[in-house]
Amino acid sequence: MNGVHDMGGMQDMGPVRPEKNEPVFHAAWEGRVFAMYWAIDGDWPGGSGRYQRELIPPAEYLRMSYYERWLTSLSELLVKSGMVTRTELETGVAQGGNTKGRHMLRVDEVAATIAAGETSARDLPVAARFHEGQRVRARNVNPMGHTRLPRYARGKLGVITRDHGAQVFNDSFVQGLGEKPQHLYSVRFAARELWGQEAAATDSVYVDLWDDHLEAA
Amino acid sequence: MTTTRRDLLTAALTTAAGAAVTAGQVRAEEPDHDHDHQAVPSDPALRAKALESVLVAKGLVDRAALDALVDTYEHRIGPRNGARVIARAWVDRAYKQRLLKNAKAAIAELGYGGVEGEQMVVVENTARIHNLVVCTLCSCYPWPVLGLPPVWYKSAAYRSRSVIDPRGVLREFGLELAADVEVRVWDSTAEVRYLVLPERPAGTEKLGETELAALVTRDAMVGVSRIVAPRKGAQA
Repeated sequence: MNGVHDMGGMQDMGPVRPEKNEPVFHAAWEGRVFAMYWAIDGDWPGGSGRYQRELIPPAEYLRMSYYERWLTSLSELLVKSGMVTRTELETGVAQGGNTKGRHMLRVDEVAATIAAGETSARDLPVAARFHEGQRVRARNVNPMGHTRLPRYARGKLGVITRDHGAQVFNDSFVQGLGEKPQHLYSVRFAARELWGQEAAATDSVYVDLWDDHLEAA
Repeated sequence: MTTTRRDLLTAALTTAAGAAVTAGQVRAEEPDHDHDHQAVPSDPALRAKALESVLVAKGLVDRAALDALVDTYEHRIGPRNGARVIARAWVDRAYKQRLLKNAKAAIAELGYGGVEGEQMVVVENTARIHNLVVCTLCSCYPWPVLGLPPVWYKSAAYRSRSVIDPRGVLREFGLELAADVEVRVWDSTAEVRYLVLPERPAGTEKLGETELAALVTRDAMVGVSRIVAPRKGAQA
């Protein structure tokens, strides 16, 4: 979806403002939201929180702080999946239990869960459609759902610089349409191909793209 | 209607079993505004507390596990991890080769890995190449080595401009690159996380690995700054 989250190449967002001695969380609630998001065994595909954040209306998205978006997306997913009702969210009072039998992450499981992670790489014999050094063109597509192909790269010519192997295709998986594993590549786009002749001839942007994002050029 | 909902919440939070809040705390954290468009309620602190109470009461999250997660990312997993990786690469050629070839495995040698670093790639800065990492679509960042990203990394300003005007963004961080330095911007659009191996500053030949690690900054590992050697005579 051509949402406001896909902001690569926009120019009117003001200067970058680094904060000195920035705390990890700026308020206690940010840490709680972060932790709830990671602790919950959600009845949804991994990565759905991100897609849900992309569905926040643009004006709200820009107004919200980062963890407000997390809070909003987590709340929406909980309601959509039937794990929590809107009334519960609004009152702060639980009306039912863990009806879906989801796993509750215990404190003694936290360290191991963080250390294990959850890889998107798939050890499957999926053939790569492209090879390192090959010229490719990012497809000119405008899908309505979640996509990892940023607008600024669409229709542009690039070169495959690295094959990351077969990976879950997030565009599909996050929308509940299956993992659709395929090769993921690092694709180099010359800055001038993306932004025109005013860009430095030396510079480039590397974007990670899947087979379905690319066509031979 | 808003007032009614807040009163309900306040009452609920003060009576819910195990809820570690009081009416006073809830009131104190409420900004003084009264919107009537409440499709998206405007007080995240209050909403977060309500959500936590509900999830705990329903047996979906354990408060102690939440405490542990917050503690982990506030105190245990952060840029000091990455600094150790960089310092090792500076002093150990073979390690550096392994790091550039298979970052995940080399980083695991130092005991780091896991969530949001299931796949990692390290890109090397040289006198002629400068790497910069961004996530234009979201906030992807190598957690095991850098911890959680700072606000500026997740800001619209950084996400939008890093790809179209990386030199301008670097200038705002105080780094002016010569025209003949090649800039490579890495947009973390997939699940691969990028870490910059900064150049080892001149004048640090005599420093040991621990002293070198102390020089390595988070910003240099994202690629928005370079690392400077300590002044002569200064403690590293």
